Amino acid sequence: MTNPYQPQPATILEIRPETAIDTTFRLAWDIPPAPGQFFEVSVPRLGEAPISISAIGDGYLEMTIRKVGRVTEGIFALQPGDRLYLRGPYGHGFPLEHLAGSRLLVAAGGTGLAPVKPVIQYALAQRERFLGTDILLGFRSPEDMLFREAIADWQQHGAVYVTVDRSGPGWTGHTGVITQLIPALDLSPLEQIQAVVVGPPLMMKFTVLALLERGLREDQIWVSYERRMSCGLGKCGHCKINEKYVCVDGPVFNFSDARWLID
Amino acid sequence: MNQETLDQHEHGSGETASLEMCRVRLSYKEADLLLGVLASQYRILAPVRLPGRGRFSDQDAIRYGEIHSVGEIVHQERAHFSPKEVVFPISQTLFHLTEDEMHEPAGDPRDLLIFLRACDIHGFARLDDIFLRNGLVPDPYYARRREKVKFVLLECRQSLDAYCFCVAMGTNRTDANAMAVRFADEQLLIEMRDPALFSALPATAEPVKFTPEFPATDSQTVSIPDSDRLQTAIRARNFFAHPMWADYAKRCIACGRCNTHCVTCSCFTTYDIADAQQPLAGERRRVWAGCHIDRFTDMAGGHHFRDDNGSRMRYKTMHKIFDFHQRFGRHMCVGCGRCDAHCPEYLSFAECITRISHVLEEEG
Repeated sequence: MTNPYQPQPATILEIRPETAIDTTFRLAWDIPPAPGQFFEVSVPRLGEAPISISAIGDGYLEMTIRKVGRVTEGIFALQPGDRLYLRGPYGHGFPLEHLAGSRLLVAAGGTGLAPVKPVIQYALAQRERFLGTDILLGFRSPEDMLFREAIADWQQHGAVYVTVDRSGPGWTGHTGVITQLIPALDLSPLEQIQAVVVGPPLMMKFTVLALLERGLREDQIWVSYERRMSCGLGKCGHCKINEKYVCVDGPVFNFSDARWLID
Repeated sequence: MNQETLDQHEHGSGETASLEMCRVRLSYKEADLLLGVLASQYRILAPVRLPGRGRFSDQDAIRYGEIHSVGEIVHQERAHFSPKEVVFPISQTLFHLTEDEMHEPAGDPRDLLIFLRACDIHGFARLDDIFLRNGLVPDPYYARRREKVKFVLLECRQSLDAYCFCVAMGTNRTDANAMAVRFADEQLLIEMRDPALFSALPATAEPVKFTPEFPATDSQTVSIPDSDRLQTAIRARNFFAHPMWADYAKRCIACGRCNTHCVTCSCFTTYDIADAQQPLAGERRRVWAGCHIDRFTDMAGGHHFRDDNGSRMRYKTMHKIFDFHQRFGRHMCVGCGRCDAHCPEYLSFAECITRISHVLEEEG
């Protein structure tokens, strides 16, 4: 029996700071995961943590990690050439084939942008298959903004709206929560919209409500949930909500299912 | 086993001998001989008394331990901790971590013979659902131990005490056991179902008519909520916000004893540790976790769920008598009564689920 808890080493190719506390790590990895899936990442003797994928490329993948605990502090101490230990990918990603053909609306808050970044890049790379791509991004402050270069690139190809909760020096964009951007959005044709909403729990809740208020059906909305996990395999129980296990049944859910998931 | 015993149980069946059962009476002395023979192949585990190890001063703990004689088996009362710890230990090393190497620990190669009650045998079926069937792959650590296990049923002719509700949960009967025993006046009545064990019987074993009995009634009335009505109440009437949960919020102290004593609670957290003397040596371990216990949902970054203990009681209760059923087609709770026997606040899970049934009836 092969041991599904046994991780594989992955060499760090590149380290790119995004903000004061978020850094992108590029890792050598051959088999590409699906956008929205995640890995259990470990630093031996410090522990394991579930981490999503912020970019998928030829022979590599990227993870954008916030320094918030024991494991991530250990990851931040590593240098290019060092190794992380990965097992996965786990879970169901975003239904890209189902999204193709739609007018895609992405609403991402904070580090919630990391797992949807590959979805945005897929939609912009295959623009001819989408009716359009609208991207709403919310960050706590201008200093918390992730993926500046990528966002500048997206602005060439799609409608990108960035807002920050708290303004800062030199900020000329929108200030306020992400839901404030929704009433003025052009959502036509309404029945062709597919929305992807990922972020902190409260941001997701109110963004989904705002979209439903605009007339979207529940099944036009996709969410990705983040919960505590130890195994990623449907065993440890931490991520269970109702009869669903976020690690194996999610982390991406259609909102017509997710609406009934009550922690 | 003597020829007379074999004859009595094999003649006249027309079937192969392997389909036969062997029913004998043994003195404790003879039973110890049987255990001695079995011990060459099996680690034999049963509820044993641990003097002074109980929760309070001068009380004993009753937990699973290796036995070598029948006299060590505590059969008159419920084991405090369930037998799950034999297969799913409180703390288990997943890997030894030495520099860049990860090595699985070598397991104990011996087979396991576990003395337990019908409810706990059903409890293992629930653990099997999670560890062997849930998700994409079986859990290898659980699977390797589980496949070594044979069950010896400790017969309950009626409810052990006021906490039992196996009849309500439909877990009072079993045929998943290799052997069954009844304790009767310094003697053991034995029904052997697994032919692999027959040869371990002492030659002096006396044939007897013995078929284990099972409890037919619980000593308390427990009503299991109807799943369809519960689903309707949750979705149409916001049942999770019902005032009954606020009562538990006031009383539950989130100690997690219900989780740790439960035979079906299977949650765990993995931790890495480093050796203080040799920082490049360490272990990855998994340790029991429980949904009542603080930090069960805590994530790095500060998000957490179910901060009030009433929500935790609701979450656990739903898992045991609703969610698990949605996923696996049977209830997780097996009615062993340990959660109620060990709650320091005297909260009753049996009453909780009966109360849910009443709320559903009142609301129509």
